Amino acid sequence: MSILVYLIPIALMLGGLGLAAFLWSLRAGQYDDLEGASWRVLDDD
Amino acid sequence: MSCCVDADSVIALASDSKASNEEMLLASRPLGNGLRQVDLSVPAVHCGACIVTIETALKALPVVESARVNLTSRRVSCVWRESVGGQPSDPGAILDALSGCGYRGHLFTAAPEADDKLRMKLLQAVGISGFAATNIMLLSVSVWSGADAATRDMFHWISAVIAAPVLIYAGRFFYASAWEALRRGRTNMDVPIALAITLSYAVSLWETIHSGEHAWFDATVTLLFFLLIGRTLDHIMRNKARSAISGLARLAPRGATVLEADGSRRYVPVEDIAVGERLALAAGERVPVDAKVLTGESDVDMSIVTGESRAVTVTPGSELKSGAMNLTGSLVVEAVATARDSLLSEIIGLMEAAEGGRARYRRIADRAASYYSPVVHLLAFVTFLGWGIFGGDWKQAMLISVAVLIITCPCALGLAVPVVQVVAAGELFRRGIMVKDGSAMERLAEIDAVAFDKTGTLTMGRPRLVGSGTADAQALSLAAGMARHSRHPLSMALARQVEAPPADFETVTEIPGAGLEAKRPEGVYRLGSPAFAGTAKDEDSGARSSVALSLDGRELARFFFEDTLRPGAQGAVAALQGQGYATYILSGDGRPVVSAMARRLKIDGWFGALTPKDKVEVCEGLAAKGHRVLMVGDGINDAPALAAAHVSMAPASAADVGRQAADLVFMHEGLEAVPAAIDISRRAGRLIRENFVLAIGYNVIAVPIAIAGYATPLIAAVAMSTSSLIVVSNALRLGRLSRKADKATEAARGPATGTLPDAMRTVS
Repeated sequence: MSILVYLIPIALMLGGLGLAAFLWSLRAGQYDDLEGASWRVLDDD
Repeated sequence: MSCCVDADSVIALASDSKASNEEMLLASRPLGNGLRQVDLSVPAVHCGACIVTIETALKALPVVESARVNLTSRRVSCVWRESVGGQPSDPGAILDALSGCGYRGHLFTAAPEADDKLRMKLLQAVGISGFAATNIMLLSVSVWSGADAATRDMFHWISAVIAAPVLIYAGRFFYASAWEALRRGRTNMDVPIALAITLSYAVSLWETIHSGEHAWFDATVTLLFFLLIGRTLDHIMRNKARSAISGLARLAPRGATVLEADGSRRYVPVEDIAVGERLALAAGERVPVDAKVLTGESDVDMSIVTGESRAVTVTPGSELKSGAMNLTGSLVVEAVATARDSLLSEIIGLMEAAEGGRARYRRIADRAASYYSPVVHLLAFVTFLGWGIFGGDWKQAMLISVAVLIITCPCALGLAVPVVQVVAAGELFRRGIMVKDGSAMERLAEIDAVAFDKTGTLTMGRPRLVGSGTADAQALSLAAGMARHSRHPLSMALARQVEAPPADFETVTEIPGAGLEAKRPEGVYRLGSPAFAGTAKDEDSGARSSVALSLDGRELARFFFEDTLRPGAQGAVAALQGQGYATYILSGDGRPVVSAMARRLKIDGWFGALTPKDKVEVCEGLAAKGHRVLMVGDGINDAPALAAAHVSMAPASAADVGRQAADLVFMHEGLEAVPAAIDISRRAGRLIRENFVLAIGYNVIAVPIAIAGYATPLIAAVAMSTSSLIVVSNALRLGRLSRKADKATEAARGPATGTLPDAMRTVS
């Protein structure tokens, strides 16, 4: 069971990474204009 | 130009009054380095082509540094330079460029920053509690699948460590709100929530310390996660509507040109205008504060103030109310009140007094909670006593009663209302109807009577040419040519509706209160009131206005105008009556006009010549008779009644105050929005009740299991998630159902008409 000593911190860290990414994207305004983003992807320039 | 805007609307926009450079300057905030940012609300933006059109057009301007369209909030954020090539720049060009490609831009008042911050905080809390919930669930699953002894204890400890900060950080919204309710001696949905998460955490921690078998950390945090989703959805819905509505906030004017004693002119914000100051008011501007005319003559459109649709002629000495629009001549006026004491503020006072009734309304969720939480708490307490007294083991009694609390915690109830309302609000938004908050939808589902304002609501508030007598093509072309030179509503209707190519006139002079005059080799043409044109008086004026065209006093043509019915008015009234709603007209306009309108639309009851206060009294009178009234109105004079009614709606063309007072705002021109909104709200109400039944049904099954002591953390987790999923999927049915209904009506009626830019044309 000693493998848990590594696995649990790794699992938490990966989760934390996801959380950090979410918080960053929230603060960076990635969710401010979801409708606009879905149109802009079709724009050529 | 884009797919979304027709040429017609570009022309209509071009002829409208726009915000001046000074207004743009007042509305934008400095960024430093000679740059300023202005946020414009552009309600007509609705697809990718719009984004490209607007951004390309704006970036082409030398004054613009950068421009970005936000399609969600329908705003354009534009950074502009204060000077271009050493010259002070012309930010008005931004609005011109916008209307050049067919979109109307509005300046709007300070952005609701605090709301954005709360949204951000809620989303962060959702993210963090979601992170905690998944990780704790991971550990819990290991425990359930057989981890025991030291491993189980370790997993419990890790869970406890993850859950504690999350409970404080993400749970603070519920604690604060529950505390607020308890302090006032009330109870709301958040009280059982706060209690359940606290108790379950405390008991789980105690179990963990004593190496117990069952810990509820996963239930605690998952509960928090689900409930926060509900809370966030509720908030975002409100926020979305508010930003769209305040975004429209078009100018009660921001400023006015003050004439100093030495003759110089100065542009000052409305709030700084003092009593006794002289203001210059050009044609096409709104009256900033209550004022008295000093010099000049003009026609003034008071419709937004009085509901009276015809323009009023003013001469030196006449009083003007703030919000009225100066149409034809330049005026110099003297302020007789500050902005704070002007009519607008009086109206706001009336509104605040009228709002008492609405503040007493309690949301469905809170009403449900007021029955639900005492029952739940009693049940848990009785379980505790029962197991303690008859089982003799108080520790086990505690564990079981906490299990009861967790199982009954209104997770599904907490989602039952917001999810339905968010789906319903989205559905309404798709049809161009904005809801300010969920309670508006709940109240809308309860109404049994609908009261309409006349001018601007049942009608468009702008005249339409309904007859041109015996006029020949030449007379029509002459009339249209002259009318093009005036901003008077009748002239504008004439210029808009006559199809003959307008004749060219070099100079047309406007005589305020009378009409237009133009000299040509063949004589003097006059277009205006029959008296002014020098022809016979009207035989029957009634609800119609007439304008005569004459050459040297000889009548060439006569035109009749009527206020246009709002499209769909007839159908909407018929639909409402078909569903058994009583209908009324409450108007400030004269009685004969109102009764004619009532007959025409077959409306049950009408009240004419009402002051704003009378309207409130009529609303309260109906309420006293046990009616729940939906008030639909647009003017400043309707605002108190909008606030007093059980629930209220306003068109997007409404006055600022009207829109602020209304619970719902519809963006399209058609009045069909009223029955549509009622329909969707009622359907949402039905789904909410269904959800309550589902949630309570779940409790009826799960609670006996918990009381009997069989609820393990695993069962609780499964039961809670299932009930939440059922409630959410039931809520999503609303969107599917109405899309089906849409397809059915579209197939029957052909493609929808009435584009958004069209509706926006009337906003000014």
